[in-house]
Amino acid sequence: MAEPITVNGTPQPIPDDPRVTLLDFLRHDLGLTGTKKGCDHGQCGACTVIVNGIRINSCLTLAAMHEGDSVTTIEGLGTPDEPSPLQRAFLEHDGFQCGYCTPGQICSATALLQELAENWPSDASEKLEGSIAITSEEIRERMSGNLCRCGAYANIVAAIEEIAAGETA
Amino acid sequence: MKVHFKQDEPDNANRLDGMKQDVLGKPVSRVEGLAKVTGTAPYAAEYPVANCAEGVLVTSTIARGDATHIDKDSVLSMPGVLAVIDDERLTTRAAQGTANEAPKQGPRQVCYWGQPIALVVAESFEQARDAAKHLGVEYREEGGAPLDPASAETEEQEDETVRQGDLAQAMRDAAHSVDVTYTTKGHASAAMEPHAAIAEWEGDRLTVHASLQMLNYNISELADALGVEEENIRLVSRFVGGGFGSKLGISEEVVAAALAARELGRPVRVVLSRQQVFQCIMRRSETTQRLRLAATSDGTLTGFGHEALVSNLPGEEFAEPVLQSSHFLYGGENRELMLMVARIHRMTAGSVRAPGEAAGMPALEAAMDVLAEKAGIDPVELRLRNIPEKNPEEGLPFSSHTLAQCLKQGADAFGWDSGPRRPRQRREGEWWIGTGMASAARVHNIAEARARVTLRPDGTALVETDMTDIGTGTYTILAQIAGEMLGLPPKTVMVDLGDTAHPRGPGSGGSWGAPSIGSAVYVACKAIREELAAKAGVAEDRLELKKGATSDGQEIGDLLGGKDLVREGHYEPGDIEDDYTASGFGAFFAEVRVNAYTGETRVDRMLGAFGFGRVLNAKTARSQCLGGITWSIGVALTEALEFDPRDGHLVNCDLAEYHVPVHRDVPDLEVAMVEERDGAASPIQAKGIGELGMCGGAAAIANAIYNACGARLFDYPMTPDRVLSVTAD
Ligand code: FES
Ligand code: FES
Repeated sequence: MAEPITVNGTPQPIPDDPRVTLLDFLRHDLGLTGTKKGCDHGQCGACTVIVNGIRINSCLTLAAMHEGDSVTTIEGLGTPDEPSPLQRAFLEHDGFQCGYCTPGQICSATALLQELAENWPSDASEKLEGSIAITSEEIRERMSGNLCRCGAYANIVAAIEEIAAGETA
Repeated sequence: MKVHFKQDEPDNANRLDGMKQDVLGKPVSRVEGLAKVTGTAPYAAEYPVANCAEGVLVTSTIARGDATHIDKDSVLSMPGVLAVIDDERLTTRAAQGTANEAPKQGPRQVCYWGQPIALVVAESFEQARDAAKHLGVEYREEGGAPLDPASAETEEQEDETVRQGDLAQAMRDAAHSVDVTYTTKGHASAAMEPHAAIAEWEGDRLTVHASLQMLNYNISELADALGVEEENIRLVSRFVGGGFGSKLGISEEVVAAALAARELGRPVRVVLSRQQVFQCIMRRSETTQRLRLAATSDGTLTGFGHEALVSNLPGEEFAEPVLQSSHFLYGGENRELMLMVARIHRMTAGSVRAPGEAAGMPALEAAMDVLAEKAGIDPVELRLRNIPEKNPEEGLPFSSHTLAQCLKQGADAFGWDSGPRRPRQRREGEWWIGTGMASAARVHNIAEARARVTLRPDGTALVETDMTDIGTGTYTILAQIAGEMLGLPPKTVMVDLGDTAHPRGPGSGGSWGAPSIGSAVYVACKAIREELAAKAGVAEDRLELKKGATSDGQEIGDLLGGKDLVREGHYEPGDIEDDYTASGFGAFFAEVRVNAYTGETRVDRMLGAFGFGRVLNAKTARSQCLGGITWSIGVALTEALEFDPRDGHLVNCDLAEYHVPVHRDVPDLEVAMVEERDGAASPIQAKGIGELGMCGGAAAIANAIYNACGARLFDYPMTPDRVLSVTAD
């Protein structure tokens, strides 16, 4: 018996068809359509979810590869009644327009804050060791896997900066 | 009750400014925003429909010819496969915006590489995708299809042609003249949500959840394609994950899903793959443009020439309207404008955000920079000197004109240095640094629109129309317009969009959405106010409504006497469309860094100043401007459709190879909104802002590249190889 995948805290059985991607499993089998499909090829970031604390493109991995894993989707981060601080910041800063890239941006940004807290360096970092300064360039670099064709980037960065500043303050 | 208003005269009463709720124009957060940030807003493919089968399109691997045999048996025995649909009614192109009739049908006849020829339907997406890959298709290829616009047959778009005075003579007599040729590559809309549809029949009635921009036209296009009555169709597009022109007309998956659902007697979902979106929806045509500018010693234009070559499939009417703003942006009594279309076999060329100006303005505004340099005049000043009093071709007055103000305000805010300009003056390490600017212009469009407004005794209101919100902010601005007129906070105004069961709006496209549907809501609310005023015993123009009550304390609910008050507003542009030249204007300023060794360009900061009539929502309008400027960066530096010259297939048909700007490509952007009231634009004094932000911005970047490193380029996008090829070191 395959171990279930835990999605937003609820165990779910692995699908029978081994071709089902984690993305299609979430969207189709579980009806968690907050996670979006923009390209199905790891090129846009719309399908970003958090697996065991790490952000990944759910279109690039098969559901069957996630036995025993714990997946958090946009639905697991907050709800219309109780949005997460980042979700609220996106709303206030107008960090989206059509909204289609938005769940991916928010999942990505949520994990990014954790990466920064753990001082993971990036191409934009001044040094590889020690604490990483949270600059807008650092955020842009780390968010570059999440495309937004509406061009909401400037507002997305502003939203993330606000929350990042709050967390370090 | 329906209220019709046809606008023949400018409306300069500015009634909205006298209202008391004070919400219009304010930076109100999107009313549908919480649904979007929590992933609970349903897009087309996401409706839970029971027993839904999954369809995947199969597309052609030749550019021209016939699919002579489709071997259905090759896949029908595969697990889960239900049907192969090759119905003659399948559409093979997306409809052009406002087509109102079916696009080309008949999937057996192939006109471009990547054209849909059949739909495979299975129980699951995985099964359908697998079967679609294995479907056997035999072709009879008709070789020698013209694929290259430079050598194909061309047709002149005669209604675009202008010959006024003697441009050749003006060029000879000019103190300063410029004769330059630019090229731009094709662009893709690349909206983040791939085209998708779920079709479901109940008897003869069809409901389709689809991702479309213009339901009012799409319903006729779908009815025509299927051969069914419009009354039997309902289209729903409540949330649309971006459009940018690609969802203006009915697209192939909608018709395919409807036909398959009919044949199978169960709902069918069809979602295009990202590659298919690139291959069989719309491209912006590549362009070749010759600019001729003749000027006196003080930079005053005496001659203006703009000729462009674009392309499209044989039989398609659309021709990228490259010259659209060139007809009126600058003076010059001797004029020659001409638009040619080459007939080639690539996917349909159609509207991609800001059709026309998105390609034309980058060329014109780069040529103006060449002229400024030759004449030794500051580029901002050169433009200020050439703003015409009236339309230089038709002689029409402008409805309003904010170019001068945008240029000045933008230059101030940016800190533009109007001193002498020479390239290669600033170097930091490996980087050359420079600045550039350009004008912005985008014609104002407006269309007939209908919306129903219901005022309820509980002090809430409902706005209903089939108008869409494709990220533009329609939900929010309509709540604000109704809230302002009826004295209600926007959160008590429900806005129900994207459903053809409602009164018909104009759809989202050509930046006409907000002024058109906003005016319909305005007309409905004005009628409601008249009724309320009568009940309150005051003249309508003295009725002050705020927070659900009149100024003397009568609650709206009491005035209504417990009953809903419903009015359907019907706005129609009349003579104002013909009596004025109406346009949004603006100015872009950019600072870039160009790497002396790699030729890479980074935009360090960019500012746009825009005048587009009344600002309906300062937050969402600014976002539209930001989006446009972001697209300008793509046009300038990275976006280019590349076709294989041998078989015409699109080589970079995905988001890894077609480079839209990403986070790190986009610096802090600054937007200055130049508020004005343009009564000849609409009765709410507003113009559109969805496209203006990318109409010329690429030239500001191109001009900054030249100022930085001395590379004067004539081909967009200005990729590192191109920059290096003309850089001295
Ligand atoms: S859908 Fe997964 S990265 Fe685009
Ligand atoms: S909000 Fe539309 S793609 Fe990002």
